[in-house]
Amino acid sequence: MPSPEQWTRPDPGAGPAATAAQPSPEQVIAGLRATTEGGAELTQLLTPEGERLADSRFDPYIADIDTEALRDLYRDMVLVRRADRESNAMQRQGQLGIWVPLLGQEAAQVGSGRALRPSDMAFPSYREHGVAYTRGIDFRELLGIFRCTDQSGWDPAKYGFHPYTIVIGNQVINAAGYAMGQKFDGKVGNADDADNEATIVYFGDGATSQGDVHEGFVWGAVYDAPVVFFCQNNQWAISEPTERQSRLPLYQRARGYGFPGIRVDGNDVLACMAVTRWALDECRHGNGPVLIEAFTYRMDAHTTTDDPTRYRLSDELEAWKLKDPVERVRAHLARAGGAEQDFFDGVDAEADEFAAQLRDHCFNMPDPPPERIFSEVYADTPATLDTQREEYLSYLAGFAGGEH
Amino acid sequence: MAAPAASPVDTQSASTQTMTIGKALNNGLRASMEADPKVLVMGEDVGKLGGVFRVTDGLQKDFGEHRVLDTPLAESGIVGTAIGLAVRGFRPVCEIQFEGFIFPAFDQISSQLAKLHYRTQGKLKAPVVIRVPFGGGIGAVEHHSESPESLFSHIPGLKVVSCANPVDAYWMMQQAISSDDPVMLFEPKKLYHSSALKAPVDTSATPDALHSSRVVRHGDTATIAAYGPSLPVALDAATAAQEEGRSLEVIDLRTLSPLDLGPVFESVRRTGRLVVVSEASSEVSLTSEVAARVQQECFYSLEAPVQRATGFDTPYPPAKLEEHFLPDLDRVLYAVDRALEW
Repeated sequence: MPSPEQWTRPDPGAGPAATAAQPSPEQVIAGLRATTEGGAELTQLLTPEGERLADSRFDPYIADIDTEALRDLYRDMVLVRRADRESNAMQRQGQLGIWVPLLGQEAAQVGSGRALRPSDMAFPSYREHGVAYTRGIDFRELLGIFRCTDQSGWDPAKYGFHPYTIVIGNQVINAAGYAMGQKFDGKVGNADDADNEATIVYFGDGATSQGDVHEGFVWGAVYDAPVVFFCQNNQWAISEPTERQSRLPLYQRARGYGFPGIRVDGNDVLACMAVTRWALDECRHGNGPVLIEAFTYRMDAHTTTDDPTRYRLSDELEAWKLKDPVERVRAHLARAGGAEQDFFDGVDAEADEFAAQLRDHCFNMPDPPPERIFSEVYADTPATLDTQREEYLSYLAGFAGGEH
Repeated sequence: MAAPAASPVDTQSASTQTMTIGKALNNGLRASMEADPKVLVMGEDVGKLGGVFRVTDGLQKDFGEHRVLDTPLAESGIVGTAIGLAVRGFRPVCEIQFEGFIFPAFDQISSQLAKLHYRTQGKLKAPVVIRVPFGGGIGAVEHHSESPESLFSHIPGLKVVSCANPVDAYWMMQQAISSDDPVMLFEPKKLYHSSALKAPVDTSATPDALHSSRVVRHGDTATIAAYGPSLPVALDAATAAQEEGRSLEVIDLRTLSPLDLGPVFESVRRTGRLVVVSEASSEVSLTSEVAARVQQECFYSLEAPVQRATGFDTPYPPAKLEEHFLPDLDRVLYAVDRALEW
């Protein structure tokens, strides 16, 4: 009985229902573990072994993904993973204050990110480095947040990528509002599909417990907003497994709000792309919102300050390694003759160069000047704040010339 | 200097109407909606009903359901979607039905709305207006009579104002909407429909700046600073004091964040005495801030410590006791007495 739903509603003959007060030892262990089983309704187009599965519903959405395009997706994932590992290492060397690893979630992020059009809008949480990359944001622009030299470097309008949102779930309502605006602007349901737009918002399994996520679902639904709710269920909210957030598989919650919910293999870049393209299409044509649960795994810690060995078993990680998002594309390309060793070596070399540039950039990032504290608090700055800035800068200037 | 164009008397009267604060707010909203198609009104019951105080009366009928949105009952959602709409290019005006219901939105206001401009260093603007009916004296149950404006005035990135007469109500609404910063407009709900406060509003006049305080009654014995629902109390106190030969200067603070204390400093330098009036609890509040800044700027002019006439440091009491809780004319005059007797 792996899920709390089954503990309390066991099959006939399976014994008495458990209660939270008196779980069995098996239930305690089950509750401590994330699951590797996505269930019968998991949409998968590429198996962990690299076998392409036919899917009459979703194959049309990736009909254009030929070998060349799949090689590009592979390259995207390798680069993103390499940059993620480099950033993690730079935190260990004291160059970043913190890093939020995405290891294991490359397919969910690259697949969904590459499904977006430039005119679409994405609202990230704080782990969406792979999505940022697909939006054209230089990975180096992400580092300021984690080196604590800025709080959001890029121009959100230019890239269609909202600032990172650290408060869990806040961005889901903001995205619903943005999507309402797309609809009010007449960007939904046009005969010319090029005039249509959609919004995608990223959040995790832990966020689904937040009121803001619930409210985002309600608002998106009652205003028929073109918003794709993209939940990366990576099984863990720091130390709490998804079972601590829900009795029900998360994608099934959509039914209660009156829009479709679908669970996709979050480690399958083709499935993530196909399902997200479908969902965005639905939204652009006025059939939004859609909830996607990308069933994946956080293969590293929550952040560099976290120690997962305190709360999860290593065999779970080993089981998920067999479902690795990058390796399955590599296996598929190799098996289908889509790429030779030269290609893989070339991508690896490119990734090393990408990481070296990142490292070089990071080590040379200057600290912001003190006046940056007072900069752009308001569009129209109050005189009192100008005075406070001048007083502090004048105070600082008093130290100039003589080290005290 | 060019001679002003002749202004026929009937043009003047056509642009001037006498109205209540509630009607002035409604007219201000209407003027902004007519001027800018990106202005939206959103909140609970703001459409067909016209809001529980009727401040949005008739707007949905005239501007349609896509400009005046009856929203789900979720305050975080109201402010959170308004932020998304603002990022998209709209200028949403959110109504929070009563101040006591704003707290589900506190997270969106403080974590997102107030910080968006700073975090992106001006790449994103959040021109959202949040209208908050506030204050007591209406004989209501819990959560309908509070004064939480200090909590919001404490948040960098937000601007906070409060109106106390129809002219300000009309103009502040429009100025708040056209501001590129997020503005919270605290509306004195007790005064919405006060016929005593009805005043002519000249829609062709040039308004005072949004973030400015203003001397509304001149005097030289002592200064009273107040805002929102406390302003009529302060003015009544000044009238009563006049009969005793005391000439009180009254300042309408109007802008609570940023505070505009220049006129207060100037006044205190003349009178040497200050009483600050607010329905909110006094501890760690806007009235504390005014007192602190006045002692900093006017130390040698002060003849007495700054006095305060405020709500007590308790939750808002059962309404049968609110006349004790709210600073009335006598408590304001008592505070003036203390300042003068020092």
